[in-house]
Amino acid sequence: MGHSYTPGLRVAKRTVIAKDRILPLKGEVVNKVGDLVQRDSIVAKTDLPGNVSTINVVNLLGIQASEIDHYMLKKVGDSFEKDELIAESKSFIKWFSTQIKAPLRGKIESISSVTGQVLLREPPIPVQVKGYINGKVTEVVPKEGVIVETVCSFIQGIFGIGGETWGTLKFAVNSPGEVLEESKITSEFKDAIIIGGAFADYAAIKKAIQIGVKGIILGGIRDGDLRTILGYDLGVAITGSEDVGITLVLTEGFGQIQMAQRTWNCLKEREGAVASISGATQIRAGVIRPEIIIPYDDADLSRIEKEIHEAKPVAIGNQVRVIRQPYFGRIGTVTDLPSALTQIESETHARVLKVKFEGNNEEVIIPRANIELIEE
Amino acid sequence: MSKDIQAIIATDCGSTTTKAILIEKVGNEYRQTFRGEAPTTVEAPFEDVTKGVLNAIQEVEELSGRKILDGDKIITTVNGKVGVDAYISTSSAGGGLQMMVAGAIKTMTAESAQRAALGAGAIVMDILASNDKRLPHQKIERIRQLRPDMILLSGGTDGGTVTHVVELAEYIGAADPKPRLGMSYRLPVLYAGNKDARDKVKDILDAKMALTITDNLRPTLEEENLMPARLEIQNLFLEHVMAQAPGYKKLMEMASVEIMPTPAAVGEIMQTIARLNNINVIGVDIGGATTDVFSVIGETFNRTVSANYGMSYSISNVLADAGLKNVMRWLSFDIDEKEVRDRIKNKMIRPTTIPQSLEELKIEQAISREALRLSFDQHKLLAVGLKGVQQTRTIADVFSQEGTGQSIIKMTELDMIVGSGGVLSHAPRRNQSMSMMIDAFLPEGITTLTVDSIFMMPHLGVLSKISGEIATEVFQKDCLIYLGTCIAPAGQLKKFGQKIMDFKITMGGKTIEENLNFGELKHFHLGIGETAEVELNPAKNFDVGAGKGKTFKGTVKGGVVGLIVDGRGRPIEFPEDDQERKNMIKKWNQAMDLYPVY
Repeated sequence: MGHSYTPGLRVAKRTVIAKDRILPLKGEVVNKVGDLVQRDSIVAKTDLPGNVSTINVVNLLGIQASEIDHYMLKKVGDSFEKDELIAESKSFIKWFSTQIKAPLRGKIESISSVTGQVLLREPPIPVQVKGYINGKVTEVVPKEGVIVETVCSFIQGIFGIGGETWGTLKFAVNSPGEVLEESKITSEFKDAIIIGGAFADYAAIKKAIQIGVKGIILGGIRDGDLRTILGYDLGVAITGSEDVGITLVLTEGFGQIQMAQRTWNCLKEREGAVASISGATQIRAGVIRPEIIIPYDDADLSRIEKEIHEAKPVAIGNQVRVIRQPYFGRIGTVTDLPSALTQIESETHARVLKVKFEGNNEEVIIPRANIELIEE
Repeated sequence: MSKDIQAIIATDCGSTTTKAILIEKVGNEYRQTFRGEAPTTVEAPFEDVTKGVLNAIQEVEELSGRKILDGDKIITTVNGKVGVDAYISTSSAGGGLQMMVAGAIKTMTAESAQRAALGAGAIVMDILASNDKRLPHQKIERIRQLRPDMILLSGGTDGGTVTHVVELAEYIGAADPKPRLGMSYRLPVLYAGNKDARDKVKDILDAKMALTITDNLRPTLEEENLMPARLEIQNLFLEHVMAQAPGYKKLMEMASVEIMPTPAAVGEIMQTIARLNNINVIGVDIGGATTDVFSVIGETFNRTVSANYGMSYSISNVLADAGLKNVMRWLSFDIDEKEVRDRIKNKMIRPTTIPQSLEELKIEQAISREALRLSFDQHKLLAVGLKGVQQTRTIADVFSQEGTGQSIIKMTELDMIVGSGGVLSHAPRRNQSMSMMIDAFLPEGITTLTVDSIFMMPHLGVLSKISGEIATEVFQKDCLIYLGTCIAPAGQLKKFGQKIMDFKITMGGKTIEENLNFGELKHFHLGIGETAEVELNPAKNFDVGAGKGKTFKGTVKGGVVGLIVDGRGRPIEFPEDDQERKNMIKKWNQAMDLYPVY
């Protein structure tokens, strides 16, 4: 029989994860192999030349361009503060002299005795890459950055928005099926990553942004609310650079869907630890899913072997979760895997499996494409 | 050589599903005998397209009893029920086309570039411009983070700014984005800017990227010339992006002949259909990430890939571009709009799921109508005549998204519509495939509709490269299913229920004489291989092929569905009142016997 599988999202209590921390331009790498880095420490940096602005000194002073050097108080390469004098016309009576003040802090880039223009260069703009996770540098990419490895709990979400951030994991609800209501978001969650259960609406997310919550991990949100948050209808799932003031990681999908127990349990075990999360999602060939990385700060990296993650075909007795209507989100056990194609309600002939749901023992037929395996 | 062939295994790696078919010599003829499918494995933990291929072939093995695999290897010598003569494949697993565009001035060349990319069926991820207020490192970071499939660089009118364009090229060069499709992939960059900057752009980018140079899309301030860039985007997409996928190199090693991009293979088949029957054809292949439209009008073949419309990865983009109202207009039942939005998004994030309930199926088929319609609109915009007539724009219409010029597609001159792709080939009822195609393509006059039986056109397209004979034989015997004929008087009325045509249909020795009222849809059974004589007398403002109000007499072909007489107007007129609209949809669905419950 052909294998049946779904693109399983990883939920690992303890694993090793490596992250690339690379500069957008070539620069200086701060760390060397073996260094321990913190999530907020700078691992690589560079300076971007500051912006340039011009002042036509000749016109302002009413002088000849060839005489400009006589009137400049600063020479090429000199630094100056904002409002510091950089040029002045000389007059016997002080009232008649004209002064030119620097509109910004910077250095003199050039003085042209042909055009009378003076180019001012603002101070360099520092560009920095932070560690993002606490871990050990295992590789240095010369002039570009480092690869940081850590022992951590690792959870992949199904969809997210917003970039990298970190904060203490705090629970705002008591069960994976609970809704994260606006009233449950209080100031104690400022700078935290909070766990909501099955759902949060726009009002709740807005309040979290106002309070200064760094991120929310939860089962689902409504697409309509996503549109309100983003300000546009998301056409394809390519996210991560939204500047909405918060990072969201959905573990299940769109709508109100109970967070998978396993995900909940994994997060619960790490309550109070600092998690690094990213909402970046790209659903296409070469997929990127949002991530939750919760490093074990006391772990000995040298003693952990990398986990080889292999998806297994579904088998009778496996626990599965339904990922599409009409049983979306329900969990059950596989009781049969008929090999022949079976007609389902939509009259489609599909490969199916029988699932007995938890709780009421109801047994239903579901297309194999519509389940995901819950791996232990 | 082809007569010695005993068995061929062929796969098509789509963005969502990998389909395998077995072609065997049965007695003296070649037939498609078994098929299997498996989800395409581009996601972790596999990230290797060949896994899905092996899974799909394994299913064929089990059903056929032919041993094809020896572990991960395909047995390519035939000995009775062991092995195949060849393994061939097509691929579109790389998915949709997501581009970044760059131009000197945000509201000028950058916008022209965006229009070029959108018109070519791409999704524009971001627009870089010299004056977009982002710092250089922010631009570079953005390019890296988005991992575009292609970059369109424009900027400067001919003879205009060189510095800004070169600066943008430098950012792209510095970003050197990591490909999403494996290390062998070089990022295609299309330069369509100031011709004076070509050499400098070449110096900066040629060594690192797959650089192509085409005509400036904004040669002067007043003139916009998007067609060369659009056509080049389509070519580059086929060559560089579409077939690629994680594990593509391994797949190349497995295949007996070169892997073809799916649209190239389907295009071969569409041209064969037109040639064999000497007719004008429009074909469509609707997939998960892309929808490909083909037209053969006279001697002219056009192929467009709408990489932004599809039924899984790109499904949300269909919703975003068509609008929820246009999707909902096809539904006959009450459902909360928010719920529909959530379901569409859930399909996007879990692309390999299938509709289990009837309601889910109806929603998917509603979206497919819109995906087909939008892709066909894009095709009409891009389809060019024999001489490759290009459309230019003037400053007056620079800010409109509308296309200018005349499309070469005339619906009344069309003879056949051919449908392929999961949602059409695997619709539980063939009537549904016919209905989706009529609603999306809006054929006018007399048009035959056909569908790819089990989705094997890509496979036969690549097979024709090994043996045209076998491909044609299998195509005629197992692939093309005649659905029937659509008779649609083109025209509009304000009021439903008014007579727009009377008609006579003579078939099987009987003659049916009826009237067709505005808003009505009628269905008559006329089987495969059967024909009927028709006499159609449209009202004065309606045209059924002979001109407005003019009688048409002719022969029409039957099929598994039969004859559809469509009086809903062109474009289809929907009642404004929501309840009336739902009732009307129910009536149309019922007339075509689309579902077990309405």
